[in-house]
Amino acid sequence: MFAPTPLNRRSYRKQRLARAVFFLMTVALIVPVLVIVGTLVIRGGPAISWEFLFTPPRNFMTEGGILPALVGTVWLVLVALLASVPVGVAAALYLSEYAPDNLLTRTINLAIINLAGVPSIVHALFGVGAFVLFFRIGASILAASLTLAVMTLPVVIVATRESLQAVPQAFREACWNMGATRWQTIRKVVLPNSISGILTGVILEVSRTTGETAPIMFTGAAAFVAFLPESVFDQTMAMSYHLYYLATQATDVPEQTTFGVALVLIAIVLAMNAISIAFRVYLRGQKKW
Amino acid sequence: MVDAAAAPERADGSAFPLYEEQPLVEVRDLVISYRGRPALRDIDLDVYRHEIFGIVGPANSGKTSFLRALNRMDAFNPAMQVAGSIRINGKNINDWRNEYALRSRIGVVFPLPVGLPLSVYDNVAFSPRLRGIRRKARLDEVVERCLTRAALWDEVKDRLDSLGSLLSGGQQQRLTIARALSQEPELLLLDEFSIAVDPVTTMRIEDVLRELRSEITIVLVTNLVQQARRLADRTAFFLTGELVETGVTEDLFEGKVKDRRTTGYLEGRFG
Amino acid sequence: MDRRDAAWYVDRVAQGLIFAGGISAIVFIVGIFVFVTKEGLGFVFGPLQPGEFLTSIAWRPTSNNPTYGALALIVGTASVTGFAMLFSVPLSLGAALFIAEFARGKTREILKVLVEMLAAIPSVVWGFVGMSIMNPLIIRIFDVPVGLTVLNAGLILGLMAAPIMTTIAEDALKAVPDSYREAAEALGATRWEVVVKVVIPASRNGLLAAVLLGVGRGFGETMAVLMASGHAINLPTSPFDSVRALTATIAAELGDAPVGSDHYGSLFTLGILLFVVTFVVNLTADLVVRGVGKK
Repeated sequence: MFAPTPLNRRSYRKQRLARAVFFLMTVALIVPVLVIVGTLVIRGGPAISWEFLFTPPRNFMTEGGILPALVGTVWLVLVALLASVPVGVAAALYLSEYAPDNLLTRTINLAIINLAGVPSIVHALFGVGAFVLFFRIGASILAASLTLAVMTLPVVIVATRESLQAVPQAFREACWNMGATRWQTIRKVVLPNSISGILTGVILEVSRTTGETAPIMFTGAAAFVAFLPESVFDQTMAMSYHLYYLATQATDVPEQTTFGVALVLIAIVLAMNAISIAFRVYLRGQKKW
Repeated sequence: MVDAAAAPERADGSAFPLYEEQPLVEVRDLVISYRGRPALRDIDLDVYRHEIFGIVGPANSGKTSFLRALNRMDAFNPAMQVAGSIRINGKNINDWRNEYALRSRIGVVFPLPVGLPLSVYDNVAFSPRLRGIRRKARLDEVVERCLTRAALWDEVKDRLDSLGSLLSGGQQQRLTIARALSQEPELLLLDEFSIAVDPVTTMRIEDVLRELRSEITIVLVTNLVQQARRLADRTAFFLTGELVETGVTEDLFEGKVKDRRTTGYLEGRFG
Repeated sequence: MDRRDAAWYVDRVAQGLIFAGGISAIVFIVGIFVFVTKEGLGFVFGPLQPGEFLTSIAWRPTSNNPTYGALALIVGTASVTGFAMLFSVPLSLGAALFIAEFARGKTREILKVLVEMLAAIPSVVWGFVGMSIMNPLIIRIFDVPVGLTVLNAGLILGLMAAPIMTTIAEDALKAVPDSYREAAEALGATRWEVVVKVVIPASRNGLLAAVLLGVGRGFGETMAVLMASGHAINLPTSPFDSVRALTATIAAELGDAPVGSDHYGSLFTLGILLFVVTFVVNLTADLVVRGVGKK
């Protein structure tokens, strides 16, 4: 009675076939990337040295290192975070703690989706039109960072909103019942219990911001600046733009150097991403209620 | 105003000391609805000072909604609408300019125990700190007194820094009670506070509530009619969103009722 | 006792600031539209000839007698995006099905992390890969003179868009309640039959939204397409032709266009076009997903 019928066997075979095909499709997406990262390591690895990381380029970038680009990227990312994290956290707080289910809230959500979906080059146009020209900031770290901040705002908002919503509603009600204001409740119970999730989102944003090129090309990044930036009104070199410049404009740059820059850039980005993921996995293991 | 001579006796035989005064809580024409669907209709009742006012009734009778309205919790729930008037101390609660100050004077314990994800100590010190109490010695004293009254002190006194949200269900329930007491409320609203607590501990808390009656006023919602009989001076019977009747607890249990459904419920014939 | 104390006022101020943050996304998206339009409007109502813009392939903004035909750029973007989607959509949906329906435990976690890492690789690195690794590879394998082509940019773009489509498609599949699957399995269906007859139909809208967002991503990609497509104005006839994309044109020329010039305005006009198209794509995707919610 329980012996498999031919029909059973056929559908079982079909199921195994489907599983195998889908598995191969997944592999087909992942393997090329592993090959690419491997190639970058092999061909760019030999370029990496203390000198490469910590000296400025010399002799029309054919010699020397990448220090100004590294430092410039740190500036760009930090200023972008300073601008976007407070605004992004406030936006997430509004959506999670205050927003009623109405047209305004739906519009905000739609705006967030679109902010994340608008092409990076359009963000660049916005940066030029708004920050560089209209607000007369000029091409500078500040203008570039503000452009990056607007572009990566959705990353902070989405990550923060998710971790705020993970705090059970009952905790809020318990605080309100004791006469705590909404803000006291947010500050004493909601934020402390979602801060690590917010941090995860911020690290992810660092990773995104580091790699962006188009938004900074015309708003503050320069191909070569001999000195390290001293204020937010300076132009600066940046890792991503440096890679673009070496790959497309510069001549006589040793191939190894360009691969080295690509390797350092991708290493920073993936390391930040890995930290963010590891942090998230760790948090999932922590039980606070 | 009620004629003082007509004041009924309390469950323990003593008279209502302040029965002649204006009631602490006066509810008139109260209607509570969720998304336009009424959950509680046309409620009129008074809660006198220093009494334990019991509310009994089957599930979904609107008892919890009633407590939420007293604390103006509808402000946090857009689906909940409250119409009619609720006056506490003679003042309509909607006239309070600082609704948070109102809530801080009303202690609430809901059936689902909620230990905040703070240390046990910080859980109980939360409300005193909101009121601006900073001195460690004063806070220590409040924490110990409230935890003792909630019959939790002995169990947690050696681990006051562990997370309140990781205590057992019964302990969290008592932590919630301790938190409500730490508000030093004038009015304490209890909603099935003993649901996760063992009978012996429940008895200890009930004793504390009887003691507290000399200081504060208590509204006690309960599923356990015998708990209402043990504790409440007067009892109201809610049924599917209606207030069937209010009466002196002992009278209701002795069958002196206006509506036969009350006796039916109290004797366990339905609900 | 009923006094508005410091805490009450702090709460009010905090609420105001939080609300301001809350509408920031709207302010910025409107700001983007306003500023890009503002710079491009002078061109749209001035030198722009809609007929030429849409039908001519002559994009010669710096010539003495400038012409602004964007057809080749539009076709360039469409061909690269189309080629990318041709292999990326099936692979992404397949990967999403595997991760959501067949993979278990550790395998699943590892695959999800890998897909997430894929999404993190910056587009300039992808562009560099297209130039330095794919280009010589294509020249050698297919024995063609140039490797910076539709094929190259399409492959790169496909790999870039895949993680996004996979993640969103997987979310859509996971949103199908397990009770549906259990009910079908209780009737003796295999996992494959459950997937085909229950899960895919139930998550149809979500899968469609995933594809739409992938298209939007490919359409708006800038650096990778700029570097890997050859950047030549050309109506492609095969995957081995070089093309030029809308986004890449802006990125390559904005630095040389004097502020306020016709050339400058024309690049912002391309920006308006990109903004409007991605806006419509994202809006459609959102409406499609909402369609799921209604059911």
